[in-house]
Amino acid sequence: MKPFRKGDGERSGLFTRRALLLGGVQGILLSALAGRLYQLQVIETQRFATLAEENRINLRLLPPSRGLIFDRTGQPLAVNRNNFRAMAASDRGRGAEVLVERLDQILSLGETERNRLLRDLKRSRNAQPVVVRENLGWEEVARLEFNAPDLPGVFIDLGQSRDYPEGELTSHIVGYTGRVADEDLAGRDDPVLQLATIRFGKKGVERSLEDDLRGRAGAVQVEVNAVGRAVRELDRTEGQPGSNALLTIDLDLQRFAADKMKEHQSGSVVVLDVVTGDVIAMVSTPGFDPSTFARGITHAEWRDLLENPERPLNNKAIGGIYPPGSTYKMVTALAALESKAIEPWTRLPCLGFLMLGGIKFHCWLKTGHGSTNVVEAIAQSCDCFFYEAARRAGVDRISDMAARLGFGKQSELGLPGESAGNQPTRAWKQERVGKPWQHGDTFNLGIGQGYMNCTPLQLAVMTARIANGGYEVQPNLLLAKATTREELGPPPPTLTPTAPSLRLNPQHLAMIRDGMNQVVNSGHGTANQLRRDADGKVRDPALAFAGKTGTAQVKRITQREREMGITQASLPWHLRHHALFVCYGPVDNPRYACAVIVEHGMAGGATAGPIGRDVLVETMKRDPSRRSDRFRKMASR
Amino acid sequence: MSSVALDAPAPVGFAERIWRVNWGLVLVLTAIAGIGVVALYSAAGGRFEPWASRHAVRYGAALVLMLTVALIHPRVWLALAWPIYIISLVLLVAVDLIGKIGMGAQRWLVIGPMQIQPSEIAKVAVIMVLARYYHGLRKEQASQVLYTLPALLVILVPVALVMVQPDLGTAMMVLMGGGALLFVAGMRLWIFLAAAVTAVACLPVAWSFMHEYQRKRVLTFLDPDSDPLGAGYHITQSKIAIGSGGLFGKGFLKGTQSSLNFLPEKQTDFIFTTFVEEWGMMGAFALLALFALVLVWGFSIAFRSQHHFGRLLALGVTAMMFLYVFINAAMVMGLLPVVGVPLPLVSNGGTAMVSVMFACGLLIGVNVYRDAQLPWAR
Repeated sequence: MKPFRKGDGERSGLFTRRALLLGGVQGILLSALAGRLYQLQVIETQRFATLAEENRINLRLLPPSRGLIFDRTGQPLAVNRNNFRAMAASDRGRGAEVLVERLDQILSLGETERNRLLRDLKRSRNAQPVVVRENLGWEEVARLEFNAPDLPGVFIDLGQSRDYPEGELTSHIVGYTGRVADEDLAGRDDPVLQLATIRFGKKGVERSLEDDLRGRAGAVQVEVNAVGRAVRELDRTEGQPGSNALLTIDLDLQRFAADKMKEHQSGSVVVLDVVTGDVIAMVSTPGFDPSTFARGITHAEWRDLLENPERPLNNKAIGGIYPPGSTYKMVTALAALESKAIEPWTRLPCLGFLMLGGIKFHCWLKTGHGSTNVVEAIAQSCDCFFYEAARRAGVDRISDMAARLGFGKQSELGLPGESAGNQPTRAWKQERVGKPWQHGDTFNLGIGQGYMNCTPLQLAVMTARIANGGYEVQPNLLLAKATTREELGPPPPTLTPTAPSLRLNPQHLAMIRDGMNQVVNSGHGTANQLRRDADGKVRDPALAFAGKTGTAQVKRITQREREMGITQASLPWHLRHHALFVCYGPVDNPRYACAVIVEHGMAGGATAGPIGRDVLVETMKRDPSRRSDRFRKMASR
Repeated sequence: MSSVALDAPAPVGFAERIWRVNWGLVLVLTAIAGIGVVALYSAAGGRFEPWASRHAVRYGAALVLMLTVALIHPRVWLALAWPIYIISLVLLVAVDLIGKIGMGAQRWLVIGPMQIQPSEIAKVAVIMVLARYYHGLRKEQASQVLYTLPALLVILVPVALVMVQPDLGTAMMVLMGGGALLFVAGMRLWIFLAAAVTAVACLPVAWSFMHEYQRKRVLTFLDPDSDPLGAGYHITQSKIAIGSGGLFGKGFLKGTQSSLNFLPEKQTDFIFTTFVEEWGMMGAFALLALFALVLVWGFSIAFRSQHHFGRLLALGVTAMMFLYVFINAAMVMGLLPVVGVPLPLVSNGGTAMVSVMFACGLLIGVNVYRDAQLPWAR
């Protein structure tokens, strides 16, 4: 009937069945989509919401400004100054090569800088920007801004860098900062250390007070887009600048002492407050220019510093070790007196030498001192007296007394690079030399030679402990963590040490001090020329001081050489004797102690003595009790 | 033949035809396109430029095209099926030879001011030709292997040409859409099974023919977290966007993943993600429900058609719609590899819009001319 519809009913039936089947399959698949949406948007939505926020929000740290460092009178030793630096935030290190190539064309980076930058860019995490170059000049800033379209991710950042107005003068005390090294991170999980611009104390106070000076980082939450560019700021927490530090150093005295050292190649001066332990001055010459480190030291400069025989990088006040020589005789004397090995009235003979087992131990005075007691022996620095005193006291008692006076261990100063020196004992010799202790070793120890060595700071501490009546003062460099000198107010009048007493017999200490007084202020003292000032005038009695000379052997001059007429002055510089001088003052009411070492200065009394005198007298002149106007002026400034 | 005239239903007037247009379906399609405008407005950061306004205009034009197509008698399409198919094959060959490269594949052909994607035309052409072919077969013939071979050829030639571009998504769509038509046309089921087995067996061969970026896509689909900043980035970020949308979404214009550009291709293949991030699961369900309505409409039109051509055509268009929606949505949800299939009427893009609306015009035309008397053509 309807030819064009023939069989269409059958086709339609099959079509309907199969189409319904197909529709069913589609329905199931659409349900699967709905199920997947439920899984993503209901079951796992928290996880994805977190991931979306992590995508969106980038936490950027704001570097805190580093605490400033002042001397005790409020003069700046380390400050921050503005620093325009070029930074680059690379999109996960992609295109880093091209970027570095362009920067090289604009700033002429040079090979090593290029490689450093490329490495930094590839290591940078969370698209944290890295430093391209510091301390840009105006011209460089202009060139970068001009080429900005070709330099995606490069921007100019106003940061701060460290400046040391006193340069070399305080280089060893203040130290310097540098990029954070891997070992600096040990035990510190401060996130601010991850910042490319942050600097870490490497030497001196910058290092020892690093955790106080650094401050706490602020943070800013920014919304970023997919390429890491900030879209807007969401939240900001300000950081806390590092706390300032007032050092115990008196900058003017430091400068005075450094001037006095100028005529000598290398050496060290330490001035201590014997009551408080404050380090008033600490000079080590030669020094170095810390700004070289602030701007980035070159390889050649670094090598020069390392290879210099005068070791400018070494703070000799705490890191240089020398045999104390005759300045050690106070230790021997105290050990002998305290152990009753000798009595105050004991007199010992000196013939110019002492024989021990066929070996001749010389006194510096060939003709001998005759019979002396302990006071006279110190005043004249009689070696024979101290050979015998040391023999009677024995190495154990001497070492014990030395340890109580501060030898053989590091101080509590906390500066990096401090040496403990060496205070030899029987056990030490057995272990290190492999031989038992000999009487000859005791003789040498008695006059501060042989295995014994120490730092200038240790000599100053010993002198201070003798001068202050036997209190165990510790040297310290930090006067206060304060913002300004005014905040601190005038120093309290400290008259008695708060440190624990060493429980030494006051009478014994008085004898030692008497001997040291006679060194300077009696006719037979080894440094009696120091009674007068450099200009030959007689000093104000209130500024009278006591001291002890020392000349430490570097190379032993044999009898044969002596006969050949070889003298100290004819030896090469590095073989000459070290010149040492320790002193304290005022004699009646000691307040300051000073130790001076002139490396290879040949004669303690002649070379180191005048420096000690001038520095100590200047220190006493500057004492606040004599110059009470000084701090009042500070407070009103 | 006079009986024909007697038995034939009364002629249908123009007003009746207008009345027969599935206006409800038109409304649903417009709603979907409206969602597209909203999503594109948001994808542009709250601006009509550059996508949303053009999308709206384009939909308006496509709507006119659709209604025009709907009112053309099916016998015209019956007659034009093969020519359109041949033209689409020529264009596919042309695009393989001189096409413009986009996304690592040759997809576009530039003719004057127009950029056309021949593969979009091929999708519709294959449906038309298959509908025409099976319209002319009796049921017994339709189930015979011999008669199935030309149909397979009709599918596989454009599939091969599209694969060469290479456009895996479109190839899959043509293959699966054509397969659906063969299935409802009455092809033997064992052929399907055999084809499925063959396909699985051919996977290694296909792998060796795949481009590097295609292999990468498949691998990252299998394990998107293996390279979260590289090839897996798209899938990972899309899942984050959808998941972080939650039940009710982050709110209009507040999608962080899309506005901060973490979402790739947010205005085209990943427009579903853009929308769902801001409107949540409720929005996603609403959009899927609208598409489901289109499918239901499509099936009902197919069932009501009194001629086989119309049935097959309607079902083919419906299957194509389904494949578009399913592949796109499953892709952005991480259920399928990223193959580059847009979401019809929502994604930004002209050719897909035109081909989808053209297909919908055919679908509505089947309803308008559901009682048309078509020659038993061969």
